Amino acid sequence: MRKSARWGIGIGGILFTTVFFLVPFAFIFTMSAKTGPEAARLQFSWPTEFVLWENIVAVFQARNYMLIVAFINSFTLTVFSVALMVVFGAMVAYVLDRRKSKLNGLINAAILAGLIVPPAVVPTIWVMQSLGIFKTLFGLILIEVAFGLSFTILVMRAFIATIPREIDEAAIVDGAGPLRLFFRVILPLLKPTIVTIVVVQSIFVFNDFQNPLYFLPGDANATVQLTLFNFQSQFVTSYNLLFTNILVITIPMLVMYLIFQRQIVSGMTAGAVKG
Amino acid sequence: MHSEATARPKTAAPRAVARHVERSYPLWFYIPGGLVYVVLFIVPTLLSFYFAFTRWTLFDSTFVGFDNFIQFFAEPGLIGSLKNTLVYGVVTSASKVVLGMLLAVLLSGPIIARGYLRSVTFFPVLVSAVGVGLTFQVLLDPFNGVVNQVWTAITGADGPGWLTNPDLALLSVAAIDVWKGVGLATLIYIAGIAAIPNEYFEAARVDGAGAWQQFRSIILPLSFPATSTVILLSLIGGLRSFDLIWSTTQGGPGFSSDVIASVIYKQYQAGFYGLSTAGNVILFLVVTAIVYPLSRWLNSKETSL
Repeated sequence: MRKSARWGIGIGGILFTTVFFLVPFAFIFTMSAKTGPEAARLQFSWPTEFVLWENIVAVFQARNYMLIVAFINSFTLTVFSVALMVVFGAMVAYVLDRRKSKLNGLINAAILAGLIVPPAVVPTIWVMQSLGIFKTLFGLILIEVAFGLSFTILVMRAFIATIPREIDEAAIVDGAGPLRLFFRVILPLLKPTIVTIVVVQSIFVFNDFQNPLYFLPGDANATVQLTLFNFQSQFVTSYNLLFTNILVITIPMLVMYLIFQRQIVSGMTAGAVKG
Repeated sequence: MHSEATARPKTAAPRAVARHVERSYPLWFYIPGGLVYVVLFIVPTLLSFYFAFTRWTLFDSTFVGFDNFIQFFAEPGLIGSLKNTLVYGVVTSASKVVLGMLLAVLLSGPIIARGYLRSVTFFPVLVSAVGVGLTFQVLLDPFNGVVNQVWTAITGADGPGWLTNPDLALLSVAAIDVWKGVGLATLIYIAGIAAIPNEYFEAARVDGAGAWQQFRSIILPLSFPATSTVILLSLIGGLRSFDLIWSTTQGGPGFSSDVIASVIYKQYQAGFYGLSTAGNVILFLVVTAIVYPLSRWLNSKETSL
């Protein structure tokens, strides 16, 4: 490509992404630094009085520190469900790739069903109630695992297929049992796809609104997404606090993405897309 | 360790091999994931085919035959959601394919500020659908919203009520969905384009192919696996979409942006569990009837490439 084209397309791209992708973010930021009355004008302008910190404090204090409880709930939910998804998913993907058994057809069909079929809401609540895990964080963790497993297995299996079997053989010759072989040899080799899965599924679980709404209702168990409705009522909306809340709950995912962004594309190239 | 393994002769008796394979890759590895999946996904799905035909209070249920389905297809508000679901799924998925590929091609070339541009395109994916929905509700406010302020500044006329006009609401939400989701589609395309061997481009350049010809004859066909991934993922997501619609319009105004997923929630909230589950069964049938044959067809095209 000629030098002028590199600059031309680059500058065009910067203009385009600034207008379409950065302006809404700048809007969120400026709104969350404004005072209530100024924010209510909904304008895209620099705050005349910069009160971001005061707003952050107010958002955390609102409704008896609900946001802190919600952050603890959301972090617990995300960490445990993604960890279980990775371990359970890798176990299935690994045996599915390595061992040809009569179950293979059935399991492949189940994975496809898990991707396509929308979960049946009320019957799921009914099952959870029968098991005594409805309205519990534990129950919601298992729900996220059940719904996220198919995608995890799909991405991981394509990657496991690229790991030479000679590595398994060597470990077996050295006397490793199935658990040691899997946890000590195979799982560490899956690191590139694990990073991709962890980032993609964490974003999904942390940002999930629908499943907590159905399966973990109630203010005491709120996840961070549900706190967004704290500042909205039928008559008055505290726009500055609403946007501060959006800002505060987006930061964890933003930080995670910035740390792992290089690995995500390489993990995808190795797994999802090639498979 | 390695040399031992590679030197090992592969002449062991088939039965011995089979036994060692069984021991090293035990089938019980399927159990932890399988148990969670069967109990919380398969069982409720199967149950839904019974409860959809009942009047249901969670404690007891009376069998009412096709009543729930008749009601679903008879009420304009409910049947409209079926059409809206299809429009929403097709519009969002098609836009993500076209825009995702376009952005990925630009962001795969040797342009300045590439890393920065890639990150910025992905940022909306990191914000929750509810956060995005509430933000755009404010940006698209018919009177004071930033979008209509700019609209008035340019055209001099009042802008439309993006989320309050029944003819526009569904398409506005779809556009917000594309804004939020195009970064993921772009990422998948970037990975797909990166997987194309460089020799193809070199050969094309030697033969004097221009940028358009390279796109037409190399990138377009060889990124097909990425295209089918994007189509399937965004179509499945679009047909099931709930969060964004709920946080922008709640299905309104009237029923003009109701989709099956929001109808399921409204009926659940109202305590009509049987009708809500019937909605689930209809969504199941719609998604399966579209996505399953499509994925078979895309797969067959992929292998014939």
